[in-house]
Amino acid sequence: MLERVLTPLAILLGLLAGVPASAQGTVKIGVIEAMTGQQQSTGVQTVAAMRLYMAKHGDTVAGKKIELVVKDDGAVADNSKRLAQELIVRDKAAVLIGFAVTPTALAVAPLSTEAKIPTIVANAGTSIITERSPYILRTSFTLAQSSVIIGEWAAQNGIKKVVTLVSDYAPGLDSEKTFTEAFTKGGGQVVEALRVPLMAPDFAPFLQRARDAAPDAVFVFVPAGQGGTFTKQFVERGLDKAGIRIIGPGDVTDDDLLNAMGDAVLGSVTAHMYSADHPSAMNKEYVEAFKKANNGMRPNFMSVGGWDAMHLVYEALKKTGGDTNGDKLVAAMKGMAWESPRGPISIDPETRDIVQNIYIRKVERKNGELYNVEFATFEAVKDPVKAKR
Amino acid sequence: MKTDATPPAAMSESAPILPAPLDTAIAAQLAARGRWSPFEILFWLGAVSTIWLLPDHHLILTEIVIWGLFALSLDLILGYAGIVSLGHAAFFGVGAYTAGLLARHALIGEPVVALLVAGLAGGAFGFLTSFLVLRGTDLTRLMVTLGVALLLREVANRMAWLTGGADGLQGITMQPVLGLFRFDLYGHTAYVYSLVVLFVLFLLARRIVGSPFGLSLLAIKGNPLRAGAIGIGAGPRIVAVYTLAAVYAAIAGALLTQTTAFTSLESLSFDRSADVLLVLIIGGTGHLYGGLIGAVVFRFAQDWLSAATPQYWQFWIGLILVVIVLVGRDRIGGWLAPLRRAGDRLVPWRGGRDGGRP
Amino acid sequence: MLTILFDGIAYGMLLFVLAAGLAVTLGLMNFVNLAHGAFAMAGGYAALVLVNRLGLPFVVGLVGAFVFAAALGALLERTLYVHVYAKSHLDQVLFTIGLVFMAVATVDYTMGSSQQFIAIPPALQGQVTVLGVGMSKYRLMIIAVCGLITLLLQLGLTRTRFGSRLRAAVDDQRVARGLGINVGAVFGFTFAFGSGLAGLGGALGAEILGLDPIFPLKYMIYVLIVVTVGGTSSITGPFLAALLLGIADVAGKYYVPQLGAFVIYTIMIVVLILRPHGLFARGGAR
Repeated sequence: MLERVLTPLAILLGLLAGVPASAQGTVKIGVIEAMTGQQQSTGVQTVAAMRLYMAKHGDTVAGKKIELVVKDDGAVADNSKRLAQELIVRDKAAVLIGFAVTPTALAVAPLSTEAKIPTIVANAGTSIITERSPYILRTSFTLAQSSVIIGEWAAQNGIKKVVTLVSDYAPGLDSEKTFTEAFTKGGGQVVEALRVPLMAPDFAPFLQRARDAAPDAVFVFVPAGQGGTFTKQFVERGLDKAGIRIIGPGDVTDDDLLNAMGDAVLGSVTAHMYSADHPSAMNKEYVEAFKKANNGMRPNFMSVGGWDAMHLVYEALKKTGGDTNGDKLVAAMKGMAWESPRGPISIDPETRDIVQNIYIRKVERKNGELYNVEFATFEAVKDPVKAKR
Repeated sequence: MKTDATPPAAMSESAPILPAPLDTAIAAQLAARGRWSPFEILFWLGAVSTIWLLPDHHLILTEIVIWGLFALSLDLILGYAGIVSLGHAAFFGVGAYTAGLLARHALIGEPVVALLVAGLAGGAFGFLTSFLVLRGTDLTRLMVTLGVALLLREVANRMAWLTGGADGLQGITMQPVLGLFRFDLYGHTAYVYSLVVLFVLFLLARRIVGSPFGLSLLAIKGNPLRAGAIGIGAGPRIVAVYTLAAVYAAIAGALLTQTTAFTSLESLSFDRSADVLLVLIIGGTGHLYGGLIGAVVFRFAQDWLSAATPQYWQFWIGLILVVIVLVGRDRIGGWLAPLRRAGDRLVPWRGGRDGGRP
Repeated sequence: MLTILFDGIAYGMLLFVLAAGLAVTLGLMNFVNLAHGAFAMAGGYAALVLVNRLGLPFVVGLVGAFVFAAALGALLERTLYVHVYAKSHLDQVLFTIGLVFMAVATVDYTMGSSQQFIAIPPALQGQVTVLGVGMSKYRLMIIAVCGLITLLLQLGLTRTRFGSRLRAAVDDQRVARGLGINVGAVFGFTFAFGSGLAGLGGALGAEILGLDPIFPLKYMIYVLIVVTVGGTSSITGPFLAALLLGIADVAGKYYVPQLGAFVIYTIMIVVLILRPHGLFARGGAR
């Protein structure tokens, strides 16, 4: 009697909760991304690239059907942790991919370890992330990679005095620290270090401070999506007229926003691992296909993180013959090297972090559009923070 | 407002020395209001049964329990005292960070004790801020509560050395509950633990709102002037219930920290305050179960909508809100009607449903 | 130093234009409209489409922003808001939060999630230096436009027939009705006008505040602060409050960046406790 009442209830609750139809031979990839909120452009770009990868390479690999389960965490770490737990326990996801900002990846790290789930960071860029769990790998970049390179480059190219301006959270502090080290070692001087609140920033007062310090350049790191406001106010404040240049990791001249920023950013020099202008056949095809599938949206550096995360999963599954055991997958992923739209990359077998070329680029107008045009390459750069130890 | 009218009338005659029959009549009425209805018993049996029936869903259920407790705490001030708050997350956050810091620095390792301490911290903060909502119109209260929560969030953001700032409070390791039950990956311990806490606190809240104190609150909400005229002073009672609600909210926040071993500025955010209001409204205010029912509906709806349209689920949540208001919260029949009716009929101690003045 | 003051004034003026409509609807109808920022966003995107996609001049974009937001305001007022006036404040809060959520998702769906900028004419870019003080041309324009609007609003409210009707309706609805004033029409018109102003503010502010789908959530709090601090019984109250907040915010960030948003939140709470009807309210208004 009781069963008669309770069984339908259980089924109903199950339906509401969307119980997965667990099919044999399906590999679920849990995607935790910011599809809403301030970082949503990152989530949109990354997931679009992942879907593009599946469209191009098919959804079956090593006899297994690949299925994406996309969850929106709004770049809020509380949500990420819960969603990760649900994806592991309820959806039985074999791999987790995503993490628009560092706190979300850090929050999930203990779960990756406990559940032995390979977790691929496709966006977040703080160095420590991969040290938080032996199951975390990264296909994005570390801020230190770009910041050290631009620091060295700036010191060698006639820039003496710099004001740093970074968003006040882990990646910003990472980039501030590593840039300052590299730059001062090269003989440069950081005259002021400004930290801007992460949420809803108004750059005007900070830029005024920067201007009053009269540096040769402003080193800037803001998360993807905020670069536009920054450069607008940079020009409005007349910093460009005062002969102050913008340098930094490429987040500020985000491909996604570059055209909207206008001529203000022309001549900005940044160091980064991807530009939509990267001159390779693979990248040309990637940009074409990406735009076609997404209403003309240009892929940015976040998107390639998603693309390569998918590649990593596909290739690892091929190696294990479809075995989704976490330890085997991570072992297969370590040391893997391949050609990405951004250029040649590999996964460092020691740190599970990404090794990639860092390009120095300058914003130029090409065929009526603004691009980060690469003009110098630093090959196979490892994460400097970890390399130092 | 029929339900509101009777009790205060009875109260008004409760002069210091009561004639014996009236005394027993009041006692009888209070006892009647405290009786358990079959609906309630079924509700809790159902909740307990999910421990065995839905073992795969303990994570989301834990969250529902926490949202339910949080909404229940808002119900205490909105449904029973008529205070509209847009900053209830302030107390949730105080609890969340207190529990997190206690665990992280191993000050109090045992979760239950830490939970109580977090509740006390929230209560202290609630007591201090309650004086800010004593005066003023709905709008001033809205803005003051919102402002307090925003300010607290900014404090937590700035004190990054203590709270982790925008990166959240990392590195919390939880000890076993009572030294016996370890928090597991599947959330079984977390669910049972949260459910027990919810039930205990619910019993307490039920007891309180059914007491003469609870009735006096309803009298104040119904008509502060009249309540004052019959000797029910609003001030101390509002302070008391606001503090109590803060304790509850803080415990809800602490539970979230303990069960996820993480907390961040989000626990203090405006979104959280707005969401808890939404949860309570879906379930209906003023009958304690509203928050719990609302939490079930809200979380499953959110889960389902955000799986179906990850990018645009907010649209549907917004639409639900707009429709609820346009149709009229009192008239929302549909999916909740049977529960509501059961609630109306079987829960004799329920208060008014309306939050603000009509 | 003077540059900071100048920036603060421009910022404050902008906040005022964004908030003026809310102050009026709140004072007039005692209606809590948390969705006010959504109209600002609508105006911003209208200008974006007109200027960037259709290639029309910037001024047309500003006018278009006003017209579009006002039309949207009028439409929603007649169809939806009108049913909510008589409800409790709680209902109004819920209803307008719901509208904000819907607006955010709708704009995200139709316009994309990334931040966008309205192309401004070169004449408005960069800075001019007056008496040694560097001033952004765009912010100068904002001050001029917003100052003009404030002046017109003040004149409109005090010197015209509609203004006196409006004030009558604010002071006492029932008596105003008794005098033959069509209070509903006054409401509707004022609401639309306030929404239009917000739309204009959104278009003007896109350059400084940025324009993305979560605009209404980001700036809701600022706008509410202006209104609660300034009070709703006049135009000058919110105006002074907006200036005060703009300057305090900009100066706070310049001189004591580590304090962040403390300054404005603290001002708000203190004012609300000491003067629940706003800093510049007429003594003991409702």
